Amino acid sequence: MNIKMITTSLLALSVVACSPSADQDNNNTVAAPAKPAGRDHIKIVGSSTVYPFSTVVAENFGRTTRFKTPVVESTGSGGGLKLFCAGLGERHPDITNASRRIKSSEIKNCTENGVTEIIEVKIGYDGIVLANSRKNPQLEISLHDLFLALAKNVPDGGQGLTVNPYKTWADVNPDLPAIKIEVMGPPPTSGTRDAFVELAMEGGCKSIDWIKALKQTDKPAYKALCHTIREDGAFIEAGENDNLIVQKLNANPNAFGIFGFSFLDQNLDTIQGSLIDGVPPEFDRIADGDYPISRSLFFYVKKANIGQIPGVQEYMNEFISNKASGSEGYLTDRGLIPMQPAEHASWADKINRLEPLQLD
Amino acid sequence: MPDYTLTTSENLQRRHAAEARFRWIGRLAVLLSLGFLVLMFFSISTRGMGAFGQTHIQLEIHFDEAMLDPNKQRDPQQLARANYKPIVNQALFELFPEVQTRRAQRSLYRLLSSGAVFDLANMAGQNPDLVGSTQLLWLPASAEVDLFMKGKVDVSLEEKLRRLKNNEIAWINQLKVKRQIRKKFNTAFFTKGDSREPELSGILGAMIGSFLSLLVCFSIAFPVGVLTAVYLEEFAKKTRFTDLIEININNLAAVPSIVFGLLGLSIFLGVFHMPRSTPLVGGLVLALMTLPTIIIAARAALRSVPNTIREAALGLGASKVQTTFHHAVPLAMPGMLTGTILGMAGALGETAPLLMIGMVAFIVDVPQGITDVATSLPVQIFLWADSPEKGFVERTSAAIMVLLAFLVLMNLFAVFLRRKLEKQW
Repeated sequence: MNIKMITTSLLALSVVACSPSADQDNNNTVAAPAKPAGRDHIKIVGSSTVYPFSTVVAENFGRTTRFKTPVVESTGSGGGLKLFCAGLGERHPDITNASRRIKSSEIKNCTENGVTEIIEVKIGYDGIVLANSRKNPQLEISLHDLFLALAKNVPDGGQGLTVNPYKTWADVNPDLPAIKIEVMGPPPTSGTRDAFVELAMEGGCKSIDWIKALKQTDKPAYKALCHTIREDGAFIEAGENDNLIVQKLNANPNAFGIFGFSFLDQNLDTIQGSLIDGVPPEFDRIADGDYPISRSLFFYVKKANIGQIPGVQEYMNEFISNKASGSEGYLTDRGLIPMQPAEHASWADKINRLEPLQLD
Repeated sequence: MPDYTLTTSENLQRRHAAEARFRWIGRLAVLLSLGFLVLMFFSISTRGMGAFGQTHIQLEIHFDEAMLDPNKQRDPQQLARANYKPIVNQALFELFPEVQTRRAQRSLYRLLSSGAVFDLANMAGQNPDLVGSTQLLWLPASAEVDLFMKGKVDVSLEEKLRRLKNNEIAWINQLKVKRQIRKKFNTAFFTKGDSREPELSGILGAMIGSFLSLLVCFSIAFPVGVLTAVYLEEFAKKTRFTDLIEININNLAAVPSIVFGLLGLSIFLGVFHMPRSTPLVGGLVLALMTLPTIIIAARAALRSVPNTIREAALGLGASKVQTTFHHAVPLAMPGMLTGTILGMAGALGETAPLLMIGMVAFIVDVPQGITDVATSLPVQIFLWADSPEKGFVERTSAAIMVLLAFLVLMNLFAVFLRRKLEKQW
């Protein structure tokens, strides 16, 4: 009957479903001698900021070489380094991307798990921008004022602190527009947030003399003051999706957003970056190092996996080649700020020699 | 005798009013949910329809033997790796001989997708006889040109704010006059894997990844779920222990899916060392997730089979196993299958558990089996929604349309099974 037919066909389907796995296993055992490590593709994890660049290189690498296209996962810098340092062998990733340098605690963790030789590769810079809709005028702000607008506690005029009283930008500095402070930015888990806090908030914080002096006498208090963003609704944690922030900026011309330069670069028709300390977030100004909120991007490679997993060294070479991360390379089309030619050449040289990271 | 009609008529009026009110509230609720549904479909399809067309540019490509195959070996592998950029450049410069500066030539080349050269390489690799010939070919245009052709570039803006410059727009308009640029059906969208170039990206990889995961999920969850339900419903004695199991199954059905992902990470990847990012692990995790749904549906279906049927079979001398598998299970099958399909439809839309086992990744190659790395449809939507390039906006919506189409198909199949097979007692 009908029911029987459907049942048997479904059972047949499940048998078929199991058979590809059997085929796969057979293929693997036959092909095993040809593939020493078992895995035929490179595994990359790490920073969501480096992900857009890493994937472009991976795709080009897969298309133009005989190797398979590397698999890239976006896990965040910290999560990536954790996976990377979990051990040697084909089960663990070969490369991790990071939007900051590896920490000594992470190197220690790596060493404990047998990952002793790590090659560091710097790929370029990323600017962090404060942007708003083109429907409103462009903002020009100093790091000092930006800190006052976004910090949880601010100086009360003397040497004391008070909860941030500023409601509008004009409250902070009469030269700024009289609109409500409303800034959308990444959550604390994001590397962009870390970099913004370290470069922009601390940068502005340091410009106040007595706070700068505090760094010498009471470092924890200094950090707590400079690194804490206000939580009264003026700063809105908008999640990791930068496209969403761009859309919200278009809907609300009074709001500002904090995100990576590549999103500004792709959306210049609707949004504009604010001038920070008088410097606009433009490609050349970030590359020259004039723009104050920019950070270095890296990836880390396990030296032991070179030769074990096919293509690891070739992938590194592709990434550091002039046609990828050079000053006119295809990554610059995606918003990567390249290194100056001399610095680029010195990194390329380091990678050619496969020089492992030194503890310092 | 008191006049009851006076008091009841007031009462009656109130009751009628209450009924009318309730009807209107009900109608409003239905209208509201329908309105949201229509709004969603409308906004997604207006945004996503564009992705089914892709701008192509017609070029006269001369497969120059001296450049591609200087040794005249016609080796397909060699031809698939040759450099086709000079050939494409040459064809473009023949179209626009007035472009002389290197900078302008570079931007002229950017009219075409960077994937055009790979298309040529594939063609020549499959058909080495092309070398030496001249072909009139339609090659994919770049994402910026595609957006312009679809009217999504604001030309009134200042030039430096646009990614497409004035000279490029002038060239496109020249091509338009010559009828050498036009939108064609976007076959690449259905035949290719992921890419970082919007115009080259497709959902085939994600579709196959989803299909393989669901296949693994089905072939584990369905037999295990049905057998569990049959045992609990037909064979097990009602004890404290079975009650405990029942409570646990009901609880499991309500556990957030990310928990199953964490379980998969620690057990399948951590203990059994299964390959990360594969449909095998994805399917196992999804199977764990859908198992409670299937068990609950299967038990309900078995319970709705009238006891008289079992009694009749037993009375005629059938054993307990015969009664169950010849009579109760076949009659309960439609309900079981409906529950299974609905559970699988839920699994098709999951991303959270896949995040933990590494299926949220950039994967270009289309998976060939359940141990190849793969993503799934909802993951692909998530990744595209997060990309900075504007060309991905319409692709995201188009991928959502494809996912919705699959969900609707699966649900229709469930309805069909119910209509076709279910018996009324």
